[in-house]
Amino acid sequence: MSDSEHPVDLKSYIRRCAAILFAVVCTTSLMIATSFSHIGNGWAARVAIILGIAVVNALLVASYLMHLLSEKKMVYALLVFTVFFFIGLMGLTLWATNDFPPGTAIH
Amino acid sequence: MEIPYTVQNRPDTGIYNAKVGIWLFLASEVMLFGGLFSAYILLRVGAAPGEWPHGWLNVTLGTINTILLALSAITTLLAWAACKVREFGKFKFFHACTIVLALTFLGIKSYEYRDKFMHYEVQLQPSAKNRAAGEFADGHLVAKSGDFDLAKKTGFIKLHGHIVKDRKELMDLRSPEAQAAQHEELTIAAADIKKMENYAPRHNTFTAIYFTLTGLHALHILGGTLVIFYLWGPGSRMWKTDPERFTNRVEVSGLFWHFVDLVWIFLFPVLYLT
Repeated sequence: MSDSEHPVDLKSYIRRCAAILFAVVCTTSLMIATSFSHIGNGWAARVAIILGIAVVNALLVASYLMHLLSEKKMVYALLVFTVFFFIGLMGLTLWATNDFPPGTAIH
Repeated sequence: MEIPYTVQNRPDTGIYNAKVGIWLFLASEVMLFGGLFSAYILLRVGAAPGEWPHGWLNVTLGTINTILLALSAITTLLAWAACKVREFGKFKFFHACTIVLALTFLGIKSYEYRDKFMHYEVQLQPSAKNRAAGEFADGHLVAKSGDFDLAKKTGFIKLHGHIVKDRKELMDLRSPEAQAAQHEELTIAAADIKKMENYAPRHNTFTAIYFTLTGLHALHILGGTLVIFYLWGPGSRMWKTDPERFTNRVEVSGLFWHFVDLVWIFLFPVLYLT
């Protein structure tokens, strides 16, 4: 959450939280609607749309509830390293997806 | 001995020590869940076409849990804000809400787990009455006779489900064929059963990764709830002696709780919707 020295107004927090809850409900509904629809002409496109909405949802939570919009440099520095290694982890996974030893039967 | 920088920000980092600690811990947690998500991707992409389960999980319950966690993340934030404005009564109220919401989440998750453990796939003997070779029954266990013993071939079970000719029929439960299937009470004698297995982690790769991911997440919820309960109950004594430090403890536990919510934001679509 945010830097401790900023003054806090509980009423404004409650208003902000209500807006975020509404946004989370909307994004969740949108994901469900996409999942049951035939948007995107195929499974892969639907998954991409759903995960895109999930990222928006996560950014909302991280930005406002975890106060990442107004954090100190130290936290951002830690996050840069985390994102770097996370991308590396996922990148290696995707890179290895089609990496089969010679002679492997692929269906 | 006094622990330094529990309240004051460290000059070099700009934040107090516990906050550096929790962010480092969350970074390691990102890699832990990231590793499991990458395992899911490899399993999902590597599955043969039509052989990855679709629609096996209850979207309604998953949605309710998503809203519950979002609400609990908000009450955690409000509990911290109440501490900042020195309203201890409101802190107690918001944190109590968080605990109730977290326990409800775990209750729903337990119900989902129970549903999977009661769901059986029963392979029938080719010699079973009125059954073609390769058929099997799929459904929830309703009852089991007292003398039921699969090894001795005695007794019977009752399933609420239907007879399936090909396992592929079960892979997409959102398909019109699966939706149209008539579920009824089936009584199956032990002598007619070749093999029976519930939808536990060992059932297939989907259930294995589902239970691993959601089980680890549920453990985080449980751990977070214990910490929040401590801060709400016995740990709240610190409010009288050192309210600033107590507020920082609430902030740090809140950051962990928001991370747990973030993980669920990805778990829900990946497991329930795709």
